[in-house]
Amino acid sequence: MNTASPAHAATLRPLRRILVANRGAVAARVIRAAHRLGLEAVAIHSTADAGLPYLRDADAAICIGEGPATQSYLDQDAVLQAARDCGADAIHPGYGFLSENADFAERVEAAGLCFIGPSPRWIRELGHKTAARALMQQHGMPMTHSSDLLPADIDAVIATADAMGYPLMLKPANGGGGIGMLPVRGRAEVADALRQAQSTAAKAFGSAQLYFETLIESPRHVEFQFLADRYGNVRCLHERDCSVQRRNQKVVEEAPAPGIDRAEVEQMGQRLASILGGMGYDVIGTVEMLYTPSTGFTFLEVNTRLQVEHAVTEEVTGIDIVAAQIRLASGEHIDSVLPPRIAASGHAVEARIYAEDPVRFFPSPGTLAAFQAPEAPGIRVETGYCEGARVSSFYDPMIAKVISHGADRADAIRGLRSALETFHVSGVKTNIPFVLRILEDEEFVAARLHTQLGMRLAATRPQAMPTPQSAQATARA
Amino acid sequence: MPDPFISIEPYDIMTNALKSPLSGRIVALCAEPQSSVAPGDTLLIVESMKMEIPVEAEASGKVAKFLVEVGDDVTEGQALVELQ
Repeated sequence: MNTASPAHAATLRPLRRILVANRGAVAARVIRAAHRLGLEAVAIHSTADAGLPYLRDADAAICIGEGPATQSYLDQDAVLQAARDCGADAIHPGYGFLSENADFAERVEAAGLCFIGPSPRWIRELGHKTAARALMQQHGMPMTHSSDLLPADIDAVIATADAMGYPLMLKPANGGGGIGMLPVRGRAEVADALRQAQSTAAKAFGSAQLYFETLIESPRHVEFQFLADRYGNVRCLHERDCSVQRRNQKVVEEAPAPGIDRAEVEQMGQRLASILGGMGYDVIGTVEMLYTPSTGFTFLEVNTRLQVEHAVTEEVTGIDIVAAQIRLASGEHIDSVLPPRIAASGHAVEARIYAEDPVRFFPSPGTLAAFQAPEAPGIRVETGYCEGARVSSFYDPMIAKVISHGADRADAIRGLRSALETFHVSGVKTNIPFVLRILEDEEFVAARLHTQLGMRLAATRPQAMPTPQSAQATARA
Repeated sequence: MPDPFISIEPYDIMTNALKSPLSGRIVALCAEPQSSVAPGDTLLIVESMKMEIPVEAEASGKVAKFLVEVGDDVTEGQALVELQ
């Protein structure tokens, strides 16, 4: 690792051994980045994950508990104990699990270890959605109108909604990732939506606090990737479009965002970098925005961690974001980690492959009787699984990410399509057929992207399935 | 590739038994035995991969008995509840 300039030497913490506090594709990815930097990587796993292939790539693997995440990957004591036991000097939290838990980040720092992520104060302040909106608004971030936290009294909630005007989006204040959001299109829908959203928010985020935002119909989801050092220097790694979703969860992501004036995008990226730099934001983050041609960019939320879809940005910029995150967290200066101007070339498209029914989106756990990932020029596969591995029902259903990098968008889409057509998986159902429908869809191909595109395709499937149970899925964190 | 929209096995309901639409774990039973249920009523909830999937009655009837308990692991297609 490079050394920072002498002015920063006091806070430089050279690392030797990283505990990878996650599982699956991101654990495999962090182990690879650590090794690339000449660092040791120690993996943790639950009893359910004991057979996963990346554990053999780690320098050591520590079983920290049972299958349910609360007894393993979310068990802060167990994770910290593993770090002490293996003599780690840093913890990489990956995404999900403890990655956006400010208390955990504080405990890591209090234990004298480096938390490979933003300072705990940013995780805390930006993790609470209404607090984050207030903070970002102070810094001049463009955003739609939103309410304060909603009161308990239903009549007061209805009065708030009436005053704001419909349509509205009801959102959990402690939430994120699209979980528990409900559109409210009129007064008659308020009470039901409130009840349902409170229940989901309480289960998923441990808090039933909700608020309203003015709803933007069929926006695009465009997000900006940032890396920052511990000294107030922030660099924008351009944007991604993540509009293609199912149940508010991303399925297809790409970089750059097609069809938006480049000057408008670059200007937004620079403006955000300057806001984050002014705040003293550090290490890594993504600012998620909604975009329509009429509203322009409006603030959605800040994710204070590495994102699932970081790979599309890596493909177009050539920057190893995970390695950079580790070096920046350890106190290196941004000039020793990143080039002064980050170029982007070509186009990258990523598909998240989920073990799920491609029509109803029900989870489909099982054992991977076959798992032959595609290999082709321009194709990259990130996974934590291999043939024979068990996809347990304890964790989220993502089994792989397939990323295609091409000369232009059409080239990247073509590469992804042929890769997915040769991705042979059996033993679980996958969403590959659904992704292929997206990649062939006229609206998608023409880059007329919006967040309803995925669900429109889901609703217009070729043949309606008879569903006697008419079961409806609700997301849970 | 086989057409996935046809190759997916449809739900089939054995005589009066509602089957699990997915593999997972029973996290709640939402009706009392012998109680009457209407179409759309949630009978039980299966959790899998961080999702909670409510299993609902498709017709009016009465709950004869649950064939599973909270905490049971179930597989797709397994009978969950008998209706009458």
